[in-house]
Amino acid sequence: MALLEVRDLRVVFQRRGTEPFSAVDGVSFDVNPGQTVGLVGESGCGKSVTSLAIMGLLPARGNKVTGSVKFEGTDLLTLSNREMRDRRGRDLGMVFQDPLSSLNPVIPIGLQVTEVLERHRDMPRKKAMVEAAELLDKVGIPDPTRRLSEYPHQLSGGMRQRALIAIALACRPRLLIADEPTTALDVTIQAQILALLKELVQDTGTALIMITHDLGVVAGLCDEVNVLYGGRVVERAERHQLFAEPRHPYTHGLLASIPRLDAARGEKLVPIKGSVADNIPWDSACAFAPRCPNALDVCRQVTPALEDEDRRSLRCHNPVLPGTPAAQEVPA
Amino acid sequence: MTAAVEPAAADAPVGGSLVSVQDLKVHFPIKRGLIVDRTVGHVFAVDGVDMEIRRGETYGLVGESGCGKSTLGRGMLRLVEPTGGKVVFDGTDLVELKGESLRRMRRRIQMVFQDPMSSLDPRQSVESILVEGLRAHGLDKGREATGKRLRELLSAVGLPSTSLRKYPHEFSGGQRQRIGIARALAVEPDLIIADEPVSALDVSVQAQVVNLLEELQEQFGLTYLVIAHDLAVVRHISDRVGVMYLGGIVEEASSDDLYAEPLHPYTKALLSAIPVPDPEVEDRRERILLTGDLPSPANPPNGCRFHTRCPWKQETKCATDRPALREVRPGHKVACHWAEDIQAGRIRPHEVETVLVEEGGISPDVPLIGPSSVTEVLNP
Repeated sequence: MALLEVRDLRVVFQRRGTEPFSAVDGVSFDVNPGQTVGLVGESGCGKSVTSLAIMGLLPARGNKVTGSVKFEGTDLLTLSNREMRDRRGRDLGMVFQDPLSSLNPVIPIGLQVTEVLERHRDMPRKKAMVEAAELLDKVGIPDPTRRLSEYPHQLSGGMRQRALIAIALACRPRLLIADEPTTALDVTIQAQILALLKELVQDTGTALIMITHDLGVVAGLCDEVNVLYGGRVVERAERHQLFAEPRHPYTHGLLASIPRLDAARGEKLVPIKGSVADNIPWDSACAFAPRCPNALDVCRQVTPALEDEDRRSLRCHNPVLPGTPAAQEVPA
Repeated sequence: MTAAVEPAAADAPVGGSLVSVQDLKVHFPIKRGLIVDRTVGHVFAVDGVDMEIRRGETYGLVGESGCGKSTLGRGMLRLVEPTGGKVVFDGTDLVELKGESLRRMRRRIQMVFQDPMSSLDPRQSVESILVEGLRAHGLDKGREATGKRLRELLSAVGLPSTSLRKYPHEFSGGQRQRIGIARALAVEPDLIIADEPVSALDVSVQAQVVNLLEELQEQFGLTYLVIAHDLAVVRHISDRVGVMYLGGIVEEASSDDLYAEPLHPYTKALLSAIPVPDPEVEDRRERILLTGDLPSPANPPNGCRFHTRCPWKQETKCATDRPALREVRPGHKVACHWAEDIQAGRIRPHEVETVLVEEGGISPDVPLIGPSSVTEVLNP
């Protein structure tokens, strides 16, 4: 049994007087202990809402979450708020994108780390402080004892993100969700944080869900990659397979549209035409059809199903054949 | 190899120098005190930059946040006042210009900003946004001619002509950036300074804007200064690239040379840190992980600015002498005392002790004299 089994997860946002909007539209995936699973997609594809739904952090009103999120056999969606509070921080850890806004600005770093230890591991404050210093040291913060009494604004962006990771890992969670953990950071700091995450996952056997828009980050870190578009998984594969042979036109298009450091210069980029605003609902069509260079008539009439084939799942009527160069399209 | 050393790319029409930046400095004072403004230090945002942009080329400026790359771009346009140095644009020193002559000169240098939403007035229609520049520079020659010009502009950036009546909020991020580019093009500039033109956009849309910039350059013979933190984008779009670190350029070379053979330790680390969307490459590659953070530009390290984080730091020179940008190969400049030795493998990288970086930015060397608040004045 997988550590986390997400089945047919749906999040519908609804306000009175407006059409309901499906941000996450039937997402299913598994995470095994020690595995790193990537959720990749552009803004608005539902990757962050998926993570918030798993953590039970969506606002109480205005949305409807259905499906199931089984963590070691228990459905997290059925737990009460109190039960969920016991799990968050102990079994499930989370690292957010913007470290400054997810740390409390008026509380010293040390207290923010020890809070988790006191709450979940019933440690007395003094002992927790010693442990907190060890944690900060482990995530590579120099002079950790001094840093305990400092406030978030006194740390640099990279150090704040390290502190957040220390908090998330304080109770050795079995699952860590990292939502764009390096997007707000510079590349050299990003490399440090990614190396740190990789090392921690290997050392502690923590399962990691990595949410990002950066295919480069995924390529170096994740075992399995889920590509999301319009709230649904459109392609899932092991990372070598996905990058070597992208089959969904969206994955294929994404890879062709990013300039690569190691590619020959002077080649023109092949963008995907249009933007996410051109999506059509999944109800009776493929949401990507208006932007897709491979679109057929059937794509606008029948919703494609996620089909498994040879260790890969694909949601497409007319997938890209292996070895096809990117389609040349005039951008709309 | 010999062909690659030629600084000018063969396919781009590259002429003589269009802009020459000489020892440009932009220092921001740090003020303290409520009643008397006392300057207690300076942020050395740009500290002695020499740079030359040739006509028709794309010059890419890369560096991490806080290295001064945006300030350099703004300083060249005098959107911030330079503290010293010269910006010679087509024979005229922009730093000397005042009033009307500066305003006229600005027609020839336009800027494209990072965030298209906040750089377009939400209450101005696209037509009004585009016409404003034309009017200001006397290029509005009658209703018909202007209408034709606007339609030309929109078709050049790939927007439908129905866009004229719309407002910025009616467009997607990529389209807004196209409006920003059309605004810059409207006054027929020679040089466009693009400050992070694609970093606010989604990956699939980035490529559209990058391609658009390239097409416009061919069509109108523009010169670009592209400022960005994404090295992959800069490499793709630029003919020559300058790498900035803490207010100074540490390496400058043609795009191909820089990526094929980076000479400065910082450039090496920066290039190795960029993730490549290919697992095969990612598994094989060796990373140079820098320790610690960028030092505060208010209190930059003595000597080489990079020596506090440099894995190749030597006992002599590095901590005491600031290296000058020198040409080690034709068209390839580097500001490192030991570039040749590092490249030849005579110096091996070593462990670096992480140095704490103090946030707040006031140099501890500058003593605080006098009251720093009202209460202090009232209760001495």
